[in-house]
Amino acid sequence: MCLGIPGRVTSVVTVDGLLMGLVDFGGVRKDVCLSYLPETGIGDYVVVHVGFAISRLDEDEALRTLEIIRSMPGAFAQELDPAGYAGPAE
Amino acid sequence: MKYVEEYRDPVLAKQLLAEIREAVTRPWSLMEVCGGQTHTIVRQGIDDLLPAGLRMVHGPGCPVCVTPLELLDKACAIAAQPNVIFTSYGDMLRVPGSQTDLLSLKARGADVRIVYSPMDAVRIAVDAPDREVVFFAVGFETTAPANAMAVISAKDLGLQNFSVLVSHVLVPPAMTAILDDPECGIDAFLAAGHVCAVMGWREYEPIAEKYHTPIVVTGFEPLDLLEGILMAVRQLETGTAKVENQYIRAVHRLGNTHAQEAIKRVFSIIDRTWRGVGSIPDSGLTLAPEYAQFDAASRFKVDGIETAEHAACIAGAILRGTMLPTDCVAYGSGCTPRVPLGAPMVSSEGTCAAFFNAGRRRDAVTVGG
Ligand code: SF4
Repeated sequence: MCLGIPGRVTSVVTVDGLLMGLVDFGGVRKDVCLSYLPETGIGDYVVVHVGFAISRLDEDEALRTLEIIRSMPGAFAQELDPAGYAGPAE
Repeated sequence: MKYVEEYRDPVLAKQLLAEIREAVTRPWSLMEVCGGQTHTIVRQGIDDLLPAGLRMVHGPGCPVCVTPLELLDKACAIAAQPNVIFTSYGDMLRVPGSQTDLLSLKARGADVRIVYSPMDAVRIAVDAPDREVVFFAVGFETTAPANAMAVISAKDLGLQNFSVLVSHVLVPPAMTAILDDPECGIDAFLAAGHVCAVMGWREYEPIAEKYHTPIVVTGFEPLDLLEGILMAVRQLETGTAKVENQYIRAVHRLGNTHAQEAIKRVFSIIDRTWRGVGSIPDSGLTLAPEYAQFDAASRFKVDGIETAEHAACIAGAILRGTMLPTDCVAYGSGCTPRVPLGAPMVSSEGTCAAFFNAGRRRDAVTVGG
């Protein structure tokens, strides 16, 4: 859960006083809290840690980082779809 | 040259390697702090490509691995109680405790739920007012802002049935503890890029100065690591010891100040035991007095737990960088990612899992840690 995953912000809304956004991680979409990056706008790439955007990246960098995380067995699924992750394959 | 052709930019990778070779005149030991960096180094064989004498030591940068056994046992004791919904990040479920793990408890009927974000745990508490919802708040500075916001929200919502079992750890005090250990002999650090994205790197400046040790904030792409290694080696060879930033694209000196404020508001700093390493002064976070009502450890009386590590596991020496997974008799035979005996085999950020996933065999390794 320590790896930040980069994704692209596709919408921004305020829910119960929290700035929230929908973030697209190469096809997988998640609700993400943007309160720690209040200047974030639609189209920005952000690094997300356990549902919270922490820093911004440019697109190239974001895509490269995504590629590395995809190369770590289970890491992508473990971070983004933890409930559906079935454990390591051997 | 092994693996280099697979790099995003093999020409640049070869050039960086040549520059590293040219710069090195003496043996040096560099520690990479982050588990994501360990994964890249092992998978891409960066350690094998470096000139002889330049050694990469894998640091304690896997949050799952350093969460103390006692906290895991407490988590299991709480999860086993009736009326509790125990929520956790997925990586924690398979980590072996003294007697059992959270996944086995779940199989036996305990209500253990994996959540993506601590905010999901808050939502579960709102939806189930007659149940006690507990969230296992673990991790480094990267997860602390999220866990802080969950506690702030629970307070704002006036939730009585939500609590957190906190086991947060902080990176800079661990680096200090490693430098204080005469056995370790680390000459320079590659600091974890994503931790610094939250915290910035001001905290590292006094460490670099006091211990005269270069610290290079580094990303976890192969080229990032080669560049970070080159920057660290150049400092070492010229007798320099300062904090440099290789990961300029994502990290600024001040970090994310909004996130830091939330951490400061919700948590206070305490001594924390690191699994396999021992107690490190001022290396952990606990709830600040203002938020103490959300502390699961005091809400559920789970003290007096006797802990016991698996006898074969040498995770402590691996986390301190004094041994390699391939030095462990259980590696790859008794202990695999599917049936882990120790924490570093569980998460993809763990050094044992990184070695196993890269297909490293016990007998194949000659360069010991
Ligand atoms: S291989 Fe398994 S038993 Fe050996 S040190 Fe790693 S986690 Fe522990």
